[in-house]
Amino acid sequence: MKFLRDKIDQIKKPFEKGQKFEKFAPAINALDTFLYVPNHTTKHGAHIRDAVDLKRTMITVVLALVPALLFGIYNAGYQHFIQLNDGVLPPFMDIFLHGLWKVLPMIIVSYAVGLGIEFAFAIFRGHEVNEGYLVSGLLIPMVMPVDFPLWMLAISVAFAVVIGKEAFGGTGMNVFNPALLARAFAFFAYPTFMSGDKIWVSDASTIDGVSGETILGSLAQGKEVAYSTMEMFLGFIPGSVGETSVLAILIGAFVLIATGVGSWKIMVSGVVGAAATALMFNAVGLTALMNFDWVNHLVVGGFAFGIVFMATDPVSAAQTDKGKIIYGLLIGFFSITIRVFNPAYPEGVMLAILLMNTLAPTIDYFVVNGNITKRKKRLAKAKQLKSA
Amino acid sequence: MSKDIRIKKGLDLKLKGEAAHKIADTTRSKVYAVKPSDFHGVNPKMVVKEGDNVKAGEVIFYSKADEKVKFVAPVSGKIQEIKRGEKRVILEILIAADSQDVFVEHSKKNPNDLSTEEVKAHLLASGCWPFINQRPYDVIANSADTPKAIFISAHATAPLAADVEFVLANKLEAFQVGIDALTKLTSGKVHLSVKGKGKSIFSDVKGVSLHQVYGPHPAGNVGVQIAKISPINAGERVWTVTPQDVAIIGELFLTGKFNATRTVALAGSEVKDAQYYNVISGAAVSDLVAGKIEGDNVRVISGDVLTGAKVNMDGNLGFYSNTVTVIPEGNVYRMFGWMPFASPSVHSASRTGLSWLMPGKKYAPNTNLNGEERALVVTGEMEAVMPLDIFPMQLLKACLASDIDKMESLGIYEVAPEDFALIDYTNTSKLEAQQIIREALDLMIKEVG
Repeated sequence: MKFLRDKIDQIKKPFEKGQKFEKFAPAINALDTFLYVPNHTTKHGAHIRDAVDLKRTMITVVLALVPALLFGIYNAGYQHFIQLNDGVLPPFMDIFLHGLWKVLPMIIVSYAVGLGIEFAFAIFRGHEVNEGYLVSGLLIPMVMPVDFPLWMLAISVAFAVVIGKEAFGGTGMNVFNPALLARAFAFFAYPTFMSGDKIWVSDASTIDGVSGETILGSLAQGKEVAYSTMEMFLGFIPGSVGETSVLAILIGAFVLIATGVGSWKIMVSGVVGAAATALMFNAVGLTALMNFDWVNHLVVGGFAFGIVFMATDPVSAAQTDKGKIIYGLLIGFFSITIRVFNPAYPEGVMLAILLMNTLAPTIDYFVVNGNITKRKKRLAKAKQLKSA
Repeated sequence: MSKDIRIKKGLDLKLKGEAAHKIADTTRSKVYAVKPSDFHGVNPKMVVKEGDNVKAGEVIFYSKADEKVKFVAPVSGKIQEIKRGEKRVILEILIAADSQDVFVEHSKKNPNDLSTEEVKAHLLASGCWPFINQRPYDVIANSADTPKAIFISAHATAPLAADVEFVLANKLEAFQVGIDALTKLTSGKVHLSVKGKGKSIFSDVKGVSLHQVYGPHPAGNVGVQIAKISPINAGERVWTVTPQDVAIIGELFLTGKFNATRTVALAGSEVKDAQYYNVISGAAVSDLVAGKIEGDNVRVISGDVLTGAKVNMDGNLGFYSNTVTVIPEGNVYRMFGWMPFASPSVHSASRTGLSWLMPGKKYAPNTNLNGEERALVVTGEMEAVMPLDIFPMQLLKACLASDIDKMESLGIYEVAPEDFALIDYTNTSKLEAQQIIREALDLMIKEVG
């Protein structure tokens, strides 16, 4: 192993301070730190430090995404064959490989474009490359329809990273969740490729007469739902790549909560908020969407994926403990409300989270203000005692 | 009325190399040092020159800002060198020690018979004043103030910190006299906090409001106790003294001598047979650790691993240190060290490692940063180790932005750098929280005073 370390040190020589390629050091450092935790020691403050760092945190989220991703790849193939092949399914590996053939290029494009921009900004600004995009880069293809053109994906990624993140100052400074911003951009820039009945099943546009639309899409048009709750829960339904299987998402949620990387407060309050809102609409029951069972609301569409992986993004969510609960409740409420009242755009979770991203700092403001007021009151009381 | 202090938030780091309950003497060092950097914010004005002979307890410099605050030699001997750094800042005053100390003799006094002003004057003249620290700002107390209360924490919870009850078991008389002196200085009470479990040797100390402390580190931090007993409001002053320093103050009144000898825990994973030693402040590091440490790639810390100061092997101990910790340096690469659930030998308070499944395991951490500094992304982790009623991340951000109004409203007066030591340790972004708080407090001293 010493050989490898020596080799890397040798390669890094021209990137050191005062050397020829000094400016490009962030790029080479980013690659090196994937092999080794650097030999940096503490200079200030506590002399010992926790093993956790941003890289470990982000990789944990990627691990949590893996079950949903693997199922998404399989489902991409499954939907293709079940809808275009008269319901005749080829062997498992063929289904999986078809999905992989569709999804892998999306992941590659997302990482290549996003990381390229991140590296360029790091070199330009002279700071180290932050690991945030490791997660965003995987999230973006998972919230897109499987037939979404790659060049549009590339533009959406570029928009999200440049406008959504770097324009605000980079990792940790963004107001909106970058992955959701990519989806929102794609949705409004290329609406015909982001909704309808041709894009959720791969190659559906080549054949007429395929009803490949999502459950929420058909509900909004007043059609019957052709899937059972169990099918929705397991995820054998059309939808964005990673969002369909609530089971796989729950495994991810378990990983996030067990490791403490994702906030259980946001997840739980989000589900509670959505369930309560759906129950309320069930009670009113004027339209098909209002009557859509509250359990089904939780397992259909992107709600589960959004609440587990998007709402819990610590940068764009509320940052205080109390704030997180309010933030989650409101996401749940708005997700269902938008679904029910906006037939033009049945999937509400994306807009609900983006809306709450803008409100999160306000929620935190009021929570922190409670602490400030308490301190002011204490001071006033102390002054009163003194003068008395 | 006493009030128990119970906290839940915090973290007990279990480290290898705890000092056994044995005390030995060390050989007398040839050279002792007084380092102005131990006294934050003090700009020293020298009284002695190189080559002067001094007695133990004789004034060698005073604070330019407050001439009454004097700093004295810990031993008798000859001023060997006044080491200066950039811009002629005084780094160290080195004293070549005599073989036996000759003390400056003050008269023996009973603090109960003295007025506040007399106690104050005695402490200032004898060089004991620097033992008294002030909150807010965590600096030496201003002798013109009357604090609303004085706080003493006799329960050390920091990793490998010296056991206060063991160290002071034979010095209870001096401790009581020290308390008697301190009670003269405040208009309020002297609060003494002791360990919650078991009977404390301090439970019979008179003239104090006694508090029992329960919970993980930083329960023993005096700042936490202040916040629970009587939080600091804007404009208020409280003072803090560490228990060993209370005993030194007491000894001054009992014997008329400033005796800078203290019992220090020499601990850490790199120490052979870790135990306690009697050492005079400012002793040479090498005399204390020679032959007692393993390996040579080590860091010697004057203080505990969270808040101490790094000292060189050929350097000297600090003025206040009751603990000296020796841990391995971490200047090594660790392959794939960032992988979740890998490297079980490195502790993590987060659950992305396996430490939480092995709560009893003791660790031998090195000084590696275990990552690189990154933007603030993760939320909630600072709050988990912050028992004070403040929002740590919001306060740190206000400090980084030098937003004085916000710092004030978010509670900057209630904190000291040591209260952020665990945030240094646990935070994912490798943010230097203690340094940020120290710089912010310095800004407050300058702008608000």
